[in-house]
Amino acid sequence: MIENDNIIEVKGLVKKFGNFIANDNLTFDVRRGEIFGFLGANGAGKTTAIRILSGLLYPTSGDVKVAGFNVYKEREKVKKNIGYMSQKFSLYEDLTVRENIRFYGGIYGMSKKYIKEKTELLLERLKMQEIQNTLIKSLPLGWKQKIAFSVAIFHNPKIVFLDEPTGGVDPITRRDFWEMIYETSHSGITVFVTTHYMDEAEYCDRVSIMDQGRIEALGKPGELKEKYASQNMNEVFIKIAR
Amino acid sequence: MNRFIGFVKKEFHHIFRDYRTMLILFGMPIAQILIFGYVVSNEIKDVNIGIYDKSKDNVTQQITNKILSSGFFILNENLNSDKEIEVAFKKGNIREVIIFEPNFAQKLKREGVAEIQIVADASDANTANIVTNYTKAIIQDYARNELLAQGLPFQIEPNVRLIYNEEAKGVYMFVPGTMALILMLVSAMMTSISIAREKELGTMEVLLVSPLKPLPIVIGKVIPYMALSFINGLVIIALSYFVFKMPIQGNLVFLLLETLLFILMALSLGVLISTASKSQMAAMFISMFALMLPTLLLSGFIFPIENMPGVLQWLSAIMPAKYFIIIIKNIMIKGSGIGTVWKETLILTGMTIFFLIMSIKKFKVRLE
Repeated sequence: MIENDNIIEVKGLVKKFGNFIANDNLTFDVRRGEIFGFLGANGAGKTTAIRILSGLLYPTSGDVKVAGFNVYKEREKVKKNIGYMSQKFSLYEDLTVRENIRFYGGIYGMSKKYIKEKTELLLERLKMQEIQNTLIKSLPLGWKQKIAFSVAIFHNPKIVFLDEPTGGVDPITRRDFWEMIYETSHSGITVFVTTHYMDEAEYCDRVSIMDQGRIEALGKPGELKEKYASQNMNEVFIKIAR
Repeated sequence: MNRFIGFVKKEFHHIFRDYRTMLILFGMPIAQILIFGYVVSNEIKDVNIGIYDKSKDNVTQQITNKILSSGFFILNENLNSDKEIEVAFKKGNIREVIIFEPNFAQKLKREGVAEIQIVADASDANTANIVTNYTKAIIQDYARNELLAQGLPFQIEPNVRLIYNEEAKGVYMFVPGTMALILMLVSAMMTSISIAREKELGTMEVLLVSPLKPLPIVIGKVIPYMALSFINGLVIIALSYFVFKMPIQGNLVFLLLETLLFILMALSLGVLISTASKSQMAAMFISMFALMLPTLLLSGFIFPIENMPGVLQWLSAIMPAKYFIIIIKNIMIKGSGIGTVWKETLILTGMTIFFLIMSIKKFKVRLE
């Protein structure tokens, strides 16, 4: 693996579903350790792109490298280096908090002892020791989301993909969640996050804005605001989407 | 290996925590076998009847004794007038009244013909039919013996002899059929639903992103259902043996091995169904219509395959349950070994391999 500053390299990515072009010639890089915001309206093609990056979908054409590996040819190596949190949070509702953590740790091939130690630490940090044996289905959305995120980075991936992690969550919980994202980023994990909340874009190191399958803008939030002469990212987005 | 055990453990948690799954897994087989055993039976037992004997001679007495000693009928009351017949029926205690005409024995001797009238309560038409048929059979049997004993001209009677199931016991029919139906349903439906559920809830995405390979995912999903289906098979066999006195003439181990083969077939079919369905609903409907109805109708479980039109016979040839039923019947009732059922066993094995390969091929490593 060649050590360079880009942990994700995408060149000319196209994804078609029949005649519908979900991703139209995307080219972008994500730098090691940054928080990369992938913005766009609903249906802009964000989820498709994130699924291709995490190996869930084949690209129609284009060159996609994640953690130095080709997602098409070296999928197994990519898998070991990424974490993924889907829109639906993807926890097992009929398992307890602890069982979910143990299960996901287990499928990444971690040892029992390691899982146990790390689970204790995690529960303590999330302040969830008391509910560790509660079934996921009886927990509020914001808690599930925090657990899902913790589970996604449990195996210390190089990159974590978050697909609209804050959908349907109240502003306070969203704030808490972004705190977690910062912490993760500080620990050296690259965060790739899709969202359609433009205020969240301000928290990202760099953002790309997608519209109808194409990347229309890419850069630091400050630069974009300057370029489009806007007060905030919301205005930037509206100007681009028009 | 550690990953795999964790996966299977998780699957058991799903099953044991969902009371509906548990109900389908363990309630249904027991309920079905009991329902098929007691309700869907064309046997009669201890039917209450009335007898109105206008003749009261030695012949009517002999016929009455024969009927009452058959085990099918219980004499509820002796009637003494036509009026009492209707009263007895209205009370609802009896299903049938047998009426001997006056001077029965004399007429039989003189004219060679005497009349017995059988009146049955046909508000339950089915039972009435069965009950009268049984009665007729007993009377004919008596007449035949009597005629022969008296050296009267030889009479040709259709000589139907049922082998292996001399008493035409319904249980011999329904146990193999119910077993096929339940194992099919539990194995195929439950696995297909449980895989479809992961797709629906989005957990499948996370599994596919993880380093876990598709084959362990499928096997991990299948193993718990295999274990539970096998237990189900044992319960059905035990119930039919102890409650319904179904014999097990053949080798029990061989029987269980064949059962396991059928379960494996149904499981791989379930996985195949799940690859074609996006939601639990879809998986359930496909299992219901593609598996349950044909199994019920075309496997020879309820309707004899020989009587079907050609096209349906052809269709029934691709019903795995058909072969399983043949195998089970042979082992349990006739005590056959592999020498007799090797062909059916081979067909089932072939089907299993076919479904397995198909489902592993179709099991999508990526969402597309």
